[in-house]
Amino acid sequence: MIGASELFVPRIERRRRLGRLFAIGCGVLSLIGLAVLGILIVRVLWEGASWVTADFLTSFPSVLSPESAGIKSALWGSIWLIAIVVLLAVPIGVAAAVYLEEYAPQNRLSRFIHLNINNLAGVPSIVYGILGLTVFVRWCRFDRSVLAGALTLSLLVLPVIIIASREALLAVPKSFRLAAYALGATKWQTVRSHVLPAALPGIMTGIILAVSRAIGEAAPLIMIGALTYVAFVPQGPLDAFTALPIQIYSWSDQPQPEFHHLAAAGIIVLLGILFPMNAIAIGVRAWHQRKKAW
Amino acid sequence: MSRMLLRVRERTIHAALFASALVSVVTTLGIIWVLIQETVAFFGHVSPIEFFFGTHWAPLFEPRSYGVLPLVCGTFVVAGGALLFAIPIGLASAVYLSEYAPPWTRNILKPLLEVLAGIPTVVYGYFALTFVTPYVLRPLFPRTEIFNAASAALVVGVMIIPTISSLCDDAFRAVPRSLREAAYALSATRLEVSTRVVVPAAMSGVVAAVLLALARAIGETMAVALAAGMTPKLTLNPLTSVQTLTGYIVQVSLGDTPAGTIGYQTIFAVGSTLFLTTLAINLVAQRVLHRFREAYE
Amino acid sequence: MVNVMDNPPTPPTDAPDAPLMRIPTRRPSAKDLPPSSELVIRAERLTIRYGSFAAVHDASLEIPAHRVTAIIGPSGCGKSTLLRAMNRMNDFVPNASAEGSLFYRGDDIYRPGFDAVELRRRIGMVFQKPNPFPKSIYKNVAWGAAINGYQGNLEELVERALQKAALWEEVKDKLHESAYALSGGQQQRLCIARAIALQPEVLLMDEPCSALDPIATARIEDLIDKLKSQYTVVLVTHNMQQAARVSDRTAFMYLGELIEVNDTNVIFTKPGNRRTQDYITGRFG
Repeated sequence: MIGASELFVPRIERRRRLGRLFAIGCGVLSLIGLAVLGILIVRVLWEGASWVTADFLTSFPSVLSPESAGIKSALWGSIWLIAIVVLLAVPIGVAAAVYLEEYAPQNRLSRFIHLNINNLAGVPSIVYGILGLTVFVRWCRFDRSVLAGALTLSLLVLPVIIIASREALLAVPKSFRLAAYALGATKWQTVRSHVLPAALPGIMTGIILAVSRAIGEAAPLIMIGALTYVAFVPQGPLDAFTALPIQIYSWSDQPQPEFHHLAAAGIIVLLGILFPMNAIAIGVRAWHQRKKAW
Repeated sequence: MSRMLLRVRERTIHAALFASALVSVVTTLGIIWVLIQETVAFFGHVSPIEFFFGTHWAPLFEPRSYGVLPLVCGTFVVAGGALLFAIPIGLASAVYLSEYAPPWTRNILKPLLEVLAGIPTVVYGYFALTFVTPYVLRPLFPRTEIFNAASAALVVGVMIIPTISSLCDDAFRAVPRSLREAAYALSATRLEVSTRVVVPAAMSGVVAAVLLALARAIGETMAVALAAGMTPKLTLNPLTSVQTLTGYIVQVSLGDTPAGTIGYQTIFAVGSTLFLTTLAINLVAQRVLHRFREAYE
Repeated sequence: MVNVMDNPPTPPTDAPDAPLMRIPTRRPSAKDLPPSSELVIRAERLTIRYGSFAAVHDASLEIPAHRVTAIIGPSGCGKSTLLRAMNRMNDFVPNASAEGSLFYRGDDIYRPGFDAVELRRRIGMVFQKPNPFPKSIYKNVAWGAAINGYQGNLEELVERALQKAALWEEVKDKLHESAYALSGGQQQRLCIARAIALQPEVLLMDEPCSALDPIATARIEDLIDKLKSQYTVVLVTHNMQQAARVSDRTAFMYLGELIEVNDTNVIFTKPGNRRTQDYITGRFG
């Protein structure tokens, strides 16, 4: 038996060495993405940190003198937008997810809706902009207002909320529901008192992700006509507006280097809002994973 | 609450929830309707042959020309370049995460990659224009133009790394342990188990991941609007400025094209092309992913 | 064809020499072979822990060459763990640790610096649920050999392995079809062929028939019987009758400890330990 084994030349040391090289290679490649992230953050901080002053946050942008420009209008525009998006998209999104997971019968219509939502999640954001331009700006005559922008963004992030909420609802064990039904509860009572609270952390994570996405989107807003130089704060939902990403875009597009500093400063503000939000979302998810009673 | 009232309440809630679910259907129908209307009007003025096969795109100034191929080419160069960059890195990250990394590394690396995905695309555009082109591309290739496809492709690539990496990681983890055990029992090293058993077994999952990343890259707007330029041309040279489908749509909306003109209608024609392309890719990817999941669950 | 339902255990009679149970018809070559002079594997006070839990405790066992050694015992007694210790497959369990020694041909495989990958070429394994690769039948059998740098003719190797696994006739015309198209029993024989292709010395089999129907089980038992002329087999099974039919030596484990190890006919007729007797007569497990 041992003699026959001499037909094998296993070269184990060589294969091991290859394996080590491969592991190192994979590790290095994995880090490239993070390295770029690091360079990006350092670069942005380098370019813009000194420009983020109280004045910056409270002045309006100025074409003529970049040194005195600020993002007040963009900041407030974004705040207005997000407020309306949350008010609109969260209830509809969670409600749709509840329907699809708890109420919908397993028929072709449900499967079609499911497929449809997955597809909507993959539609480029600028197509949502085209939709918003035609429906909200022209047909509804909301013109280039905060409302039109918020409606468009709501449609954009709706699939994100629905998908995340569905996953959260799916993760709630069946036994929760069965226990409530066994005690004579109606479907809505069960959902409201048992299922939704259990799915809440997952739903919150989904909402935060959706809001993060909405804050950062510029393309659909440009489509519906958000202006790039706005020297006022919206007073109502039908006012014209600008938003943080649009301001950053228009500053980045200017050839003069001072505007690049402004763009970097704007990015710092934007990321300064987004990073804590994402950290909270990740934290909530991690805490939920560990604390789950099931 | 009386029994009757309870039932009424249940029914109302059921109806409200159903209506919410229908919003998504209405959205899709809305997108299709909106696009079809103006696209049909567009093709009333411009022949589809000229649109789909023409090689010159100049819809907004004389002499007008409506061949969409340069835009398609620009999209292809940027998206293709992005994939070339992102696939090796995404795959390597996924292999590393699922086959090699100890749990604590995984718990740090995965969220960090998600952060990468959460950065708004304008930021990547800014980075491409103000850093990648002057400090990375120009030193290496001095003839690089200020606006070029390569810088856009690079940052879009970074943007889609998490998509590929996370979906491939899911795919690898779906491969059952028993297959790995069988391979180890045959005297295989970890390298051989990862590359010659796990990755091939997860191949359709990998394909789905790449397709989804491709669709994302094609739909990407702000980074290319900032970094790639506004000159539609039929070229494979990544160091020159090009225009993508998405870049064109942004350009028109920033301008002042009145509704009802052909120029306005080009938004919809190009938008339809974009929509149908990403839809087709997403549908195929979901089919592939569905079949992959069925095989392993 | 052995009828599995032949022999319900009978309670001990008063006569002290009466056998404890009627042993089912044994395989032709298993009739009381002389003890093998070679020891291939020897475990010496081996303890395997998962975290702080000791799945195998202080086990000492000898595996003779060219014989079938069965390890039996109730669920959770540690027999799979002990089996996997022999080709260091426990290394892949996150917090597994080992104390004591396990000698393969005189070398302690748990000494620091021992090459486990090389070990697994000489000690092959067949698992409970057939796990062929999602590749063709040919590629399944050839994979291990190709990885290990087989220098001879790969096609001949595949044919020989499939013949030894009693599968060749059934698959010779469809070698390049997917392994998943085979039945459960055929897949398991394919896994045996795959392991044999590496020309190992020892075959570890972890309940190889528990996922199979009785007919497929019988065919594999026939196969095991033929294999022992070329290989040493260590078989874990929860089916006592199978152990009695197929093995030459039997080891009984309970709660992580090796209670009794002896020739099969002795274990099943005159076990020395009370617990062994209880298990064999069906009092528990």
